[in-house]
Amino acid sequence: MNVGVIVFPGSNCDRDMFHVLSDVFHMTPQYCWHDKPLPENLDAVVLPGGFSYGDRLRAGVIAAHSPIIQDVKKIAEKGIPILGVCNGFQILVESGLLPGVLLKNDSLNFMCEWTNLTVENNKTPFTNKFELNEKIPIPIANGDGRYFVDDETLKQLERKNQIVFKYDQVVNGSSNQIAGVCNEDGNVVGMMPHPERAAEPEINPHDNKPSSLIFESLLKKIGANN
Amino acid sequence: MGDYRVHVTIENKPGISDPEGKTILNDLVLKGTHQSVSKINTAKMLKFTITENSKESAKSKVKEICDELRIYNSMVSVVTIDAFDA
Repeated sequence: MNVGVIVFPGSNCDRDMFHVLSDVFHMTPQYCWHDKPLPENLDAVVLPGGFSYGDRLRAGVIAAHSPIIQDVKKIAEKGIPILGVCNGFQILVESGLLPGVLLKNDSLNFMCEWTNLTVENNKTPFTNKFELNEKIPIPIANGDGRYFVDDETLKQLERKNQIVFKYDQVVNGSSNQIAGVCNEDGNVVGMMPHPERAAEPEINPHDNKPSSLIFESLLKKIGANN
Repeated sequence: MGDYRVHVTIENKPGISDPEGKTILNDLVLKGTHQSVSKINTAKMLKFTITENSKESAKSKVKEICDELRIYNSMVSVVTIDAFDA
């Protein structure tokens, strides 16, 4: 399975993501530099975390104008699974592929801690191996993680089942404790927490299995397509 | 053609929480002797210098740039644009 890991100036979770995709889940990842075209043979794309362009202007907004994002939009329309983690989520939101915006955490602090998610939508390519409401112990590491949508958009997200993950308690002031959402078709998913930092027992003191299911869901989805 | 300075102020829409503004108000200003202050909103300002035919066209060009490049996110922010002679 060919997975593109998009690298922007300031990405810093790209190698962790590459390692987990290749060494843990035996996929075939490749780095894709932001100003080059996206390779054509990809089964999935991941936008990893980091601080693209130093979060200047607003987290993710400058990277959202990168040439490669035009290609990401094209393959998103084709239904190819796309996952944005942390800064990758911010970039997907700022590029218009996902609704909403990520604001500074209510505390104004950079938050680096373990959270618990609940799975709200188990139909996406990254959650199809979960039970609904299943818990995921997973770390966050961000300064701008407060997901915000206006009331009207929030109702739409609920109606169209676009809320994928919620925190099980108030973490950073996100609308309805939302930690991850998807597009209407469900193939583009963005989440603030870091599954690549939680999918191995060596680095997860709680339980690495739930985070592993995010990657195993992708394997199941692509396997089903092939 | 002339040079104009155009100031773009980006701030949260009313009703969207501004924890930094609240902290400045509650933990700095109101802890001092300035009890007449009731609200502080933080904002980001970008100062453009642009060559255009008039102050008005300078202003509208900058607004166009802001909208095209998502300089502000219209879901959460509003912009105020002011133009001045350079």
